[in-house]
Amino acid sequence: MRSPLLQVQGLAVTAGGRTIQSGLDFEVRRGEVLVIVGPSGCGKSTLLRHLVGLEQPSAGQVLFDGHDLHRGAEASLAALRRRFGVMFQAGALWSSMSLGENLMLPMRLFSKLDATERERQARFKLALVGLDGGFELMPAQLSGGMRKRAALARALALDPELLMLDEPGSGLDPVNTARLDELVLHLRQYLGTTVVMVTHEIASVFAVADRAVFLDPQERTMTAIGAPQELLAHGPAAVRAFFGRAGAA
Amino acid sequence: MAGKGRGAQARHHRQVINTDSAAAAKESENVAGGSAWGLEQGVWTLRLEPGWAGTYRDDAALPSALGSGSRVRIDGATLGRWDAGVAAALWSLRERLKQRGLQVELSGLPAGLAEVLLLAQPGDTPREPSAPARPALHRALHEAGLTIAFFGEVLIALTRWLRGRVTVRGVDVLEQLDQTGPRSAPIVLLTCALVGVMLAYMGGAQLERIGAQGFLAGVVTVGMVRELAGLMTGVILAGRVGAAFAAQLATMQAGEEIDALRVLGVDPIAHLVLPRLLALLLMAPALLAFGALVGIASGALPAVLVYGVSAAEYLQQSLRALTATHLWIGLFKGMLYAALVVVAGCREGLHAGRSAQAVGQATTAAVVKALVWIVAAACVTTVAFTAMGY
Repeated sequence: MRSPLLQVQGLAVTAGGRTIQSGLDFEVRRGEVLVIVGPSGCGKSTLLRHLVGLEQPSAGQVLFDGHDLHRGAEASLAALRRRFGVMFQAGALWSSMSLGENLMLPMRLFSKLDATERERQARFKLALVGLDGGFELMPAQLSGGMRKRAALARALALDPELLMLDEPGSGLDPVNTARLDELVLHLRQYLGTTVVMVTHEIASVFAVADRAVFLDPQERTMTAIGAPQELLAHGPAAVRAFFGRAGAA
Repeated sequence: MAGKGRGAQARHHRQVINTDSAAAAKESENVAGGSAWGLEQGVWTLRLEPGWAGTYRDDAALPSALGSGSRVRIDGATLGRWDAGVAAALWSLRERLKQRGLQVELSGLPAGLAEVLLLAQPGDTPREPSAPARPALHRALHEAGLTIAFFGEVLIALTRWLRGRVTVRGVDVLEQLDQTGPRSAPIVLLTCALVGVMLAYMGGAQLERIGAQGFLAGVVTVGMVRELAGLMTGVILAGRVGAAFAAQLATMQAGEEIDALRVLGVDPIAHLVLPRLLALLLMAPALLAFGALVGIASGALPAVLVYGVSAAEYLQQSLRALTATHLWIGLFKGMLYAALVVVAGCREGLHAGRSAQAVGQATTAAVVKALVWIVAAACVTTVAFTAMGY
């Protein structure tokens, strides 16, 4: 079995002072695609914010490569965070910068690449997501699908070991969603990137996930983890119902 | 690349290329840091060595014999380990060769690298990033046209409201009254007080030279009521309220809230601009009156303490100088400035782009426009009223 890259141990997730998920225990193995799935409002995106260290958990811990993501000197925590790339739900591209600048800023701040190499890598990563001519474009000039892909390219800027994707397919048509799914699989396959993806797109879950974690809003904890097909066939009733209904929708 | 390695690679390629011409043999020595061009079975081949990406530069020399349509091969059989830097460099090289019209064939690449390069194929990004920028004069005229049109829209909406054809929610006006009035009052009063002191101090210094300190109260009173209370109130409202209006509306624009109103058939001018305009027009007279009073009162301090004018004489002179003409002119100007603040803030907010940056730009533009408009209006009205004999 592959060694874990990210370990979630007894994690409790709060939002607005209210605990929305607790007792979360799972790990993300190197090179796998783990999908966090559940109905709207169950705390998927909030959990992701805890996994990337943006929020402090009220209980439990998140270990990245054995290091606690929430305890320690800020400088060392920041260095840990730079080892993963995050794609936010709305893209979060810096609107005052072109796509090229969006990608090159983290490289300029946190790598030793010279300007030529930064530009080459930025252009290449934009090409990877199908935006090879978009280097000079501003975020406001992009369609929703292009913005998502640009955000993915920026998440790849520092060649992360772990890629965190928050609802990459939300707001996209099925073709663009499938294209993003395929891209995620290629990145995992050819670059060996580990991926954690939050989604409620069931088609995406079955397309890309090695394993899925199901967050139950009623139980306020994870009620299943495993390969999507297994969960659909043998998971708890709520999980099968969710997969079945969402799949039929 | 280090000279030793370069020489070794060059020797290696001399053995494998088909050196059917002296020029080709010369090209074979064109070694570019961990790689070497050579002719292999009639095809120009670039053999990549480990560490090649670290020295690759886009401007690396290509064999001069390569013409458009030529077939070239990039051989990565001895490349060894690869990472994103190698992939980026290889992609960049392939694109550069393609741009020269060459047919590029990749061979012997390590597992995964060819697939990654396959991913980085031309996508659907528009090659023309944006429409060509308009000339500055054209842009300025366009902006001026938008502003005039916006003034017109506001006037039409106001007329429709006065004729009862558009309703403005009272709660919206009350909310704006709260935002604009009581919260602006302290800073308006403070500013007017300081201006009153300055006016009295400087006016007193000039009048003292001709022994006319007795007119100081009149100078301060007329100055504050007719010009400065309104001007200072307008300036403060531009910075505080106009900026807030622009930021609020631009944020709504970015979040498609304005579009949602339009889709519902709701006129954004009537729904968003009129409550702000009415609130500020209602609040402006109060702010003006208090500002002028505080300015006149604070002007009494230097008059009494520095220039020896008695408090009673100051009050008497002030009341004598204060005529109805000065009052209505001051009120008119103040309300005009308030209206300009609303129009500048709302115009910039409603015409903002759809990004966080656009919100900032709209806010800045609203403040700058309001200030310029206020000063221009102050100048025009002062000249006009004086010319009319008021």
